[in-house]
Amino acid sequence: MNEQTTHAIVAEGLIKRFGDTTALDGVDLAVRRGTVLGLLGPNGAGKTTAVRILATLLKPDAGRASVGGYDVVRDAHQVRRLIGLTGQYASVDETLTGIENLILIGRLLGLSRAEARGRGRELLAEFRLDDAANKPAKAYSGGMRRRLDLAASLVGRPQVLYLDEPTTGLDPRSRNEMWDIVRDLVSDGVTVLLTTQYLEEADLLAEEIVVIDHGRVIATGTPDELKSRVGAQTLAVRPKHAVDAPIVQSIVAQVAGRAPEAQGGLLTVPVTDPAVLPAVVRRLDEAEVPIGELALRGSSLDEVFLALTGHRAEDRTEDQNEPERIPA
Amino acid sequence: MTTAAATVALPRRVNPVEALRHTFTLAWRSLVQLKHNPLELLDLSIQPIMFVVLFTYVFGGAISGSTGDYLMFALPGIIVQNAIFASVTTGVGLNSDLTKGVFDRLRSLPIARSAPLAGRILADTVKQVWSIALILGLGVILGFRIHGGVQGVLGAFVLLLVFSLAVSWIAVLVGLLASEPEKVQIFAFVVVFPLTFTSNAFVPTDTMPGWLQKWVDINPVTILADAVRGLLSGGAAATYVVQSLLWAVAIAAVFAPIAVRAFKRRV
Repeated sequence: MNEQTTHAIVAEGLIKRFGDTTALDGVDLAVRRGTVLGLLGPNGAGKTTAVRILATLLKPDAGRASVGGYDVVRDAHQVRRLIGLTGQYASVDETLTGIENLILIGRLLGLSRAEARGRGRELLAEFRLDDAANKPAKAYSGGMRRRLDLAASLVGRPQVLYLDEPTTGLDPRSRNEMWDIVRDLVSDGVTVLLTTQYLEEADLLAEEIVVIDHGRVIATGTPDELKSRVGAQTLAVRPKHAVDAPIVQSIVAQVAGRAPEAQGGLLTVPVTDPAVLPAVVRRLDEAEVPIGELALRGSSLDEVFLALTGHRAEDRTEDQNEPERIPA
Repeated sequence: MTTAAATVALPRRVNPVEALRHTFTLAWRSLVQLKHNPLELLDLSIQPIMFVVLFTYVFGGAISGSTGDYLMFALPGIIVQNAIFASVTTGVGLNSDLTKGVFDRLRSLPIARSAPLAGRILADTVKQVWSIALILGLGVILGFRIHGGVQGVLGAFVLLLVFSLAVSWIAVLVGLLASEPEKVQIFAFVVVFPLTFTSNAFVPTDTMPGWLQKWVDINPVTILADAVRGLLSGGAAATYVVQSLLWAVAIAAVFAPIAVRAFKRRV
């Protein structure tokens, strides 16, 4: 079998420049049919540009991409028949109600008035928006709005769905709902390209993760492969007295197997094995070093980047992972 | 990448019948917006009513000696001013779609590339007809007499719509280039307001300074106002109608290609 039949999305060497900035600098992507690919990167890494090219909204300066075997530039019209797009920039009409938005899209996709209404109602019920069906979209809460955006992109039952940061800015409950919806879609056979700033999100949903930075792919692999490379969690230790830093540093390095990063008195190191935490506690206790702060938490995007590239993500994003603190 | 046959056979293009249907659907969308945005409906209705009533009763006596005489003179001018202002809303709506992301959503759908623009223009034409009919109806109630017959009225409508369509290309261009809808409105205020006031739409030109009269005489708003006056009152209109159409053609010839190019760059 060749790539075209096993993969719903194939991109090769995509390059896109805006004036002096190179948004994409030779990006390759391949998404197998019926799977989720997580495109992970900080703001400005090029995630949105990549999605816009794959959704036929932008033409690449070089390279090529195909969706369902159709070239995104040459066969743009056919590609549009296959895709659904949800993102900050592909919005529903705020002035229309939920149902009117879905009817509009249904009608544009060639459904009859009755079919479009039926499909709209079905989607609103599925996404628990039936109570708000007749309210204008601008009156929706953030989570409702995202669900409506997603419903709008599903009217035509797309084979390939682009979700551009579907949970950015959502509260944890709405985020969980969104994740459930994505899982349901994938179990129905939809291929999903998901962009996110959250390692946790990519880890939960994606079969494969592509990490991009400055328009380049810097790592590709399954979540497990990636985590074993960069550490799924981060151990953070702050000695009570700055003079103890060297001792703590050497203990942490020995236990975790790599040198910690020091920043403002806080030592952090990515770890793959949670048993590292009790081991560190024991060693610190034996060395009688007083500790100000000790925590094991999910790695932030920043730390993933640090592990992969040796530099921090330039566009700092807020860390969504609440640290599990233990009293020191 | 290996080349292989596409897995599903899909049509390559939108056929013209579908394109027309997309346009009508998107025009429907713009009109449904009115239902939820009473402010816009107010803009389309109250503002013209206010203009007619205020101009007639505040300025009428001072300018023409009586409100009735002034109404006969100024109502066509008010209709023209309103039509030009209304055509700017095409640009405001288009810009709001672009900046809020609705446009990208539409572009990601397998629809005719021209439909978002054509649908909007079609809907705005419907709104134009509503405004013109409203002002004319109110004018008749207040004492405006139509001597031009049905042909005159129809002629005035068609001429106004053709002219507005030409002007809306300027609005489309501004709408495509502006970074936010408010800027399109500012443009309308800064350009359209002086343009319509330095004409004979509201005031006869003879009291204006000579240099201003020179401009007023060639101002397309003056020519269009005279054409509409002629058509509605049954007076001489042919020359003004032809000149108005020439202006419309000239405006469209300059701005439509630039606007379409700007549009295509975003499609």
